[in-house]
Amino acid sequence: MKNKTAVIIGNGMVGNRFCEKIKLKLPDINVIVFSEEPVRAYDRVHLTDYFKIPSMEDLFLTENEWYTQNNIQLHLNDPVVAVDRSNKKVRSLTGITCNYDYLIFATGSAAFVPPIKGTEKEGVFLYRTIEDLDLIKTYAKRAKRGAVIGGGLLGLEAAKALVDLGMEETTVIEFAPRLMPRQIDDTASTVLQHKLNELGLTCLLQKSTNELVGNERLTGISFQDGSYLDSDILIISAGIRPRDELAKKIGLATGDRGGILVNAQMQTSDGSIYAIGECALFNDMIYGLVAPGYEMAEVAASHIAEEGKMFKGFDMSTKLKLMGVDVASFGDPFISEPYARTIVLEDRNKGIYKRLNISTDGTRLLGGILVGEATAYNMLLQTVNNNLPLPEHPEQLLFGEQTTGKKTATGLVALPDEALICSCEGITKAQICDAVATKNCENAESVKSCTRAGSGCGGCVPMVKDLIAHTMKLQGKYIRTTICEHFDFSRQELFDLIKIHGLRSYDQVLDQLGKGDGCEVCKPLVSSLLASCWNEMILRRGNDVAQDSNDRYLANIQRGGTYSVVPRIPGGEILPEKLIVIGEVAKKYGLYTKITGGQRIDLFGAHLNDLPAIWEELIAAGFESGHAYGKALRTVKSCVGSTWCRFGLHDSVSFAIRIEERYRGLRAPHKIKSAVSGCIRECAEAQSKDFGIIATEKGWNLYVCGNGGSKPQHALLLASDIDEETCIRYIDRFLMFYIHTADPLTRTATWLNKMDGGIDYLKNVIVNDSLGMAENWEQEMQGLVDAYQCEWKVAVNDPDIRKRFVHFVNAPDEKDSNIRFDELRGQKKAADWNTPSLI
Amino acid sequence: MQTLINTQWLEACRVEDTIENGGVCLKLNNEQIALFHFSRRNEWYATQNECPHKRQMVLSRGMLGSLGETPKVACPFHKKTFALDTGECLSGDECAIKTYPVKIENGLVYIGINE
Repeated sequence: MKNKTAVIIGNGMVGNRFCEKIKLKLPDINVIVFSEEPVRAYDRVHLTDYFKIPSMEDLFLTENEWYTQNNIQLHLNDPVVAVDRSNKKVRSLTGITCNYDYLIFATGSAAFVPPIKGTEKEGVFLYRTIEDLDLIKTYAKRAKRGAVIGGGLLGLEAAKALVDLGMEETTVIEFAPRLMPRQIDDTASTVLQHKLNELGLTCLLQKSTNELVGNERLTGISFQDGSYLDSDILIISAGIRPRDELAKKIGLATGDRGGILVNAQMQTSDGSIYAIGECALFNDMIYGLVAPGYEMAEVAASHIAEEGKMFKGFDMSTKLKLMGVDVASFGDPFISEPYARTIVLEDRNKGIYKRLNISTDGTRLLGGILVGEATAYNMLLQTVNNNLPLPEHPEQLLFGEQTTGKKTATGLVALPDEALICSCEGITKAQICDAVATKNCENAESVKSCTRAGSGCGGCVPMVKDLIAHTMKLQGKYIRTTICEHFDFSRQELFDLIKIHGLRSYDQVLDQLGKGDGCEVCKPLVSSLLASCWNEMILRRGNDVAQDSNDRYLANIQRGGTYSVVPRIPGGEILPEKLIVIGEVAKKYGLYTKITGGQRIDLFGAHLNDLPAIWEELIAAGFESGHAYGKALRTVKSCVGSTWCRFGLHDSVSFAIRIEERYRGLRAPHKIKSAVSGCIRECAEAQSKDFGIIATEKGWNLYVCGNGGSKPQHALLLASDIDEETCIRYIDRFLMFYIHTADPLTRTATWLNKMDGGIDYLKNVIVNDSLGMAENWEQEMQGLVDAYQCEWKVAVNDPDIRKRFVHFVNAPDEKDSNIRFDELRGQKKAADWNTPSLI
Repeated sequence: MQTLINTQWLEACRVEDTIENGGVCLKLNNEQIALFHFSRRNEWYATQNECPHKRQMVLSRGMLGSLGETPKVACPFHKKTFALDTGECLSGDECAIKTYPVKIENGLVYIGINE
């Protein structure tokens, strides 16, 4: 049998999609395309981007070779002018004739130009094609006052383009009493108008244009109400008119207001002729969006391939960003009483309007409108399209992320497999989940190349991402953050492996679990894990060279390459004798002294060579390392408590000392700070700490996961009115849970913020022992507490470690002569960075 | 081989003074040179001790590592990394550090300085 031939009139987005679909279904079919446009099919949805992108290439839908490779004849600049239906023949403008078995009209639409005087003037443009845009771009260079007739979706896009092209004033003129009349209601329009106004766009509503004024060139617009607007460039975007002139000429049935009549298979009144896209009239409706056009292309192609798909109308829900303002309309946006109940949120302050239309029994969502904030759009749309039951308090859906965020996963689970996620490409939930589960697509990019989901308007991408995460989770996969090129593990995995294999040095860990030679990311991380596992002196077993800068020399490196020294002063309580020793040491070694925020004393400006001697003297006076250099427990701050304070309920200083001595030197994913307050006045600021304790009448309240620093966060109450022993048990569990599971360099506050279930979950784990780990963790912590030794004491007494504290290995007694100090208020300070800095 | 002829080999230190998989700082001809014994790779490298970023004499206290096959050192101050073999900055900055040839003879480390 001879191969059949399909002739396509029009090479827009929908015509192009039809070529793809038909070639996929019937690879041997002859396909011939005639297009009046000079260039092959391009992305009209992102037309406005054309003003921003350097070349047209980015907008093309296919590579130039795609048509030849797929054996499709493409005749550009050559529209079909005649169709002989009885002989099934077409003739093009240049005289090409060919026979067809199937003829497909994908002629699209043209801009509707209202019958106003003066539309022929220079400076009046349409907004449909690349050629229009090129003309606008050139003309705009000498224009200052722009106007757009038409406040619909495309009109507002055009207005945005004018603003971007540098107009001093841009005005949108709309005949209806509101903007986007087909998508949003009056209140939404008012909110949107205010927003657009702030961005430099004036909107004139209920304005009927009388005449475009000017000699040859446009200079202004006069309205029927007698008013007048100066304008030197005008874009008309007053709707579309289906391109049905050829169809009419050859006697196909068309609608009264235009459009080629089609049935559910996209056939016209002539069974061999189809019409798809914006030229087709289905059920009295022209579908002016690309997604339904694509669906029509699919239906027509499947009918020709005898697959029998039907077009059932199309959801015209839409979401877009207009000059940074989210606008969305879904389901039936206008349905109201008595057929529906509406819930409305109008926030004039932030410029947000949300309307939900729910069924009269309150169980189903029928549609709605979102202006100013539309993050919930995808989920709401799915709720409408899949007839999902509403939550008990549907009004919560209006309040965006905070209240609905946690529900996303449940929402996704509730979606049926056939839920349409990407409406541009017609991709369902099942197809996306399948790509993740069976084709190993683990990010939005690979799902896109595998299924095309998200390649159209891109609006579904957030939902695609959620689905990927959800599917991976279901499969027991999780999104792993591996450490670096040397370890294909997460921190938590590596922690467990080190423990199971009993690994004790960085080199062992690298040899057994990693590859390559390590780096500045994995070395400190593994060193921290080793310390958290075994609490051995960190400079032993060759681990010294795997320590981070400060840990390597048990001191904090400062500008110029000197170090600072912080002895531990538990709870901030110190004997006068010890204060005197600190002063004497500072004087002897010429150190700058400052009280820290953690109630201790920092000594700055120590030469590397002097560190062991300084510490020898401090240790002799009873001091220990303060671990100011480590990702470890720093201080436990305290107020003076019941021992002196007239308000104090308990002895906060004694408790703080007990806590600090228990956890001193404990290494963790990040530094840990704590405080104990003797009463609710909270002078120790315990609620800004990783764990903080406040005395109550009956005992202590334990707060966790607070933070000072750049992102302050109040700690949350974990347990109240507990005694000291319980408090310590809870802290043991809390700290071990944190050490086991936090990501690298994550403070407890961030760790909690990322935790599924938040503080309630954490409470359950720590207080109710929901994971059954409490005893284990308490034992592990006791092991670490028992293994504690002062690092500096070990260092000064070990000649091998001690000899590392020199600057010149070939001149050990010499200090670095490059180190310079300046003087300030009677003390020294580090000289400024040697200038100029070379990077 | 022009460079070799002009290279002056200075005795730097004993092998046992160096630190395995780490660096030490040497004072040679009044210059500070960082010497790295990358024992994991059985390689020796010498570079200037000054990190060009903030001009601090600290590279010898940096952490060794690799980027793909390239051996590197990370400055302890701001973790700028430099290739030990070429001196090139691997953190995307337009600066490089000087490198010097190293040889080991009879348990002694020698650094080659161009005259």
